[in-house]
Amino acid sequence: MDVHALQQIVHRSRDARRKQTIPKFSQAGCDQLIHKYHPDYRERAYRPIRFGPNSGDKTVVELASLLEGDSPIADEFDLTADYTTDVLVVGGGGAGCAAALHAHAAGAKVMLATKLRLGDSNSVMAQGGMQISVASGDSPVTHFLDTLKGGHMQNDHQLLKVMVEEGPSIAKWLLSLGVLFDRDGDGNLHVKKGGGSSKPRLLTCSDYTGLEIMRVLKDEVLNQKIQLLEFCAAVELTSDEKGNCTGAIFKDLDNQRHVVVAAKSVILATGGIGRLHIQGFPTSNHYGATGDGLCLAYRMGAKLMHIDTFQYHPSGAVYPEQLIGALVTEGIRSEGGHLVNAKGERFVNELDTRDVVSSSIIRECEEGRGIRTMSGRIGVWLDTPLLDAEHGDGTLEKHFPAMMLQFERFGIDISKDPVLIYPTLHYQNGGVKIDTNSETNVPNLFVAGEASGGLHGRNRLMGNSLLDLMVFGKRSGMTAAARAAAMPQGKLTVGHLKGFRAEAKKHGSSNGIVSPMILPAYTRKG
Amino acid sequence: MLESMAQEDSNVIDQPEVIRHKMVTVEIAGKKYEVPEGITVIKALWYSGQEVVRGAGCLGGFCGACAAYYRTKDDPKVRTCLACQMAVQDGMSITMMPPFPARKATYDMQALKDPKQDLFNLYPETPLCRNCNACTEACPQSIDVREGVWKAVFGDFKSVSEMFMDCVMCGMCTPVCIADIAPNLVALYVSRAQGAHFTEKPPGLDVRIKEIEDGRFNDEWAKILKMNEKELTDHCVTVK
Repeated sequence: MDVHALQQIVHRSRDARRKQTIPKFSQAGCDQLIHKYHPDYRERAYRPIRFGPNSGDKTVVELASLLEGDSPIADEFDLTADYTTDVLVVGGGGAGCAAALHAHAAGAKVMLATKLRLGDSNSVMAQGGMQISVASGDSPVTHFLDTLKGGHMQNDHQLLKVMVEEGPSIAKWLLSLGVLFDRDGDGNLHVKKGGGSSKPRLLTCSDYTGLEIMRVLKDEVLNQKIQLLEFCAAVELTSDEKGNCTGAIFKDLDNQRHVVVAAKSVILATGGIGRLHIQGFPTSNHYGATGDGLCLAYRMGAKLMHIDTFQYHPSGAVYPEQLIGALVTEGIRSEGGHLVNAKGERFVNELDTRDVVSSSIIRECEEGRGIRTMSGRIGVWLDTPLLDAEHGDGTLEKHFPAMMLQFERFGIDISKDPVLIYPTLHYQNGGVKIDTNSETNVPNLFVAGEASGGLHGRNRLMGNSLLDLMVFGKRSGMTAAARAAAMPQGKLTVGHLKGFRAEAKKHGSSNGIVSPMILPAYTRKG
Repeated sequence: MLESMAQEDSNVIDQPEVIRHKMVTVEIAGKKYEVPEGITVIKALWYSGQEVVRGAGCLGGFCGACAAYYRTKDDPKVRTCLACQMAVQDGMSITMMPPFPARKATYDMQALKDPKQDLFNLYPETPLCRNCNACTEACPQSIDVREGVWKAVFGDFKSVSEMFMDCVMCGMCTPVCIADIAPNLVALYVSRAQGAHFTEKPPGLDVRIKEIEDGRFNDEWAKILKMNEKELTDHCVTVK
């Protein structure tokens, strides 16, 4: 059928749906739904990791293979340093920029390396906002409890307390750099309500929150003349005789040469794994989201946690073809957008947590109430025109300019017609286990942002990622910088690979996979 | 098979471009390739066998890494796009924009005394705009760039910050400028100055920061952090 004909049911059912209130699931109902429909519970997609710090723990097969993968660096590699620095930051997204800026401000010599350009990241795409309890009726404690509930009570309490308490000072820092958060009439920061939050707590810059923050942070990294190493992918870390981290080895993607950097501390801010397309899911992630930091840290002996749980954002575009996987911001649901099945019915409280909403969309589709596309995709409608109907014409244009433009390019006016969506692989809930200074169990190896684990439990709440990046980027940067002055540069070896390779051999791992992946293999061969 | 499926199930969207999978000829950096119609320009690069390192970033239309020029069949007009957001069509000519060596001024944002005047020290070329409007035409985000440059010159920093909220810093406005202005960099400076110097501080924020410093929430923290898992779960449920 013509897409417009299929959309009619959304238009026809709109008024009836506006009168409806859909209750949130009870705890038991929510558990049942997730266990039955959430991709995290598809047994066949998982296997135990055979060796290393998380030996026996289950994760998705795509990630397990990379974690067990061999290093591209040979035991006898020449480790003469090309650069020497106090703090080496790997990754140029939000966490990396925050870490570099704070370490630099604390007086350390900083180098920031990234395999793409400075700023090419998931952070730049964050549309929904940043959770910080600034409103008078809100508190860090409530932020803590909401996040804990969203994370299925599995969040690391210490990390979470640190994050929610430092949120307001992060907002102040960003404002001082010139970030233009949306304001209320009285000059206070405007807050929006996000899925799974009991209070409006999202600071936004229309639907360009991540872009606005990243424009400013990138500019500041350049203003501070922080040394950059762009188009250089980290392929291995270095360790001294005690196993402490002492630097990293990069591959320059322009000329394929190796670059060795000696550093007193290394901060991995390498982001997530969307481009592994686990379980065949499309992804909202950037080109370089291949989990490189996880592989590097794992080979050094860093413990991972919650690496069996991933976030499938409820609303990835399914139509048109060109936008498959692209994100339709949760902001649409925050402002009242309904999810509607093929029968014109709502089926979930749209502001429930992401895992619940995603599971319910999968349920609708598996039970035959989805809308299919000819390329074999399936999805449900997100009633975007409802926002203009509810809050007045021009609401979408004003609040969601990025999304309007994105669909307009393909001839779709989201203020007139609903969009078809299905969950898309969005975020790695777990990662490398860290302490409140963002340090791993490997001394002088820090991990900040999406690559770290524990903070978000088994499901990250909307808007908590941007805050995570800023808080733990800052803490890692400051801790690493404070340590640098009184510390000698450790020896550069790849001694840790000896043990890792022996383990691999013992477990018969010669699958031929070399990790990290660096970039997904999209180029058609032959 | 797809067509029979469509007949059986009324909930299928017609996508002629999908069932009649058509190959089209496009020219990438001067060389012709056959690629499936309707895929994005960046996917066409992959399809044609090119390894993409430079020229791809977020793939979501936000980072500005994949700025490209294109021209459609028989049309003399060369246009700009973000390669991850543009579908290919038959006869299209495409080339990626190389990194352009625009000069970025460096400044200590917080230390600026008179940001509106400082604009002319940091980017002295800004008022030399000759109104050719090429920057506006080059913007893949449909920003009225030329208007923004003049608003910056006249000190209307607020309008500039609003107009350039859509700016992905792709830099396509820079190579076309005959006055050597880098409008995106000017707008970034102006927007930051607007935020850091000309926007009032939110009064509630300092109150909250002080409350946290003064330990206003300490009793509540103590209570919560003492709870066992069951108590904490029950307590979370009460938060509405």
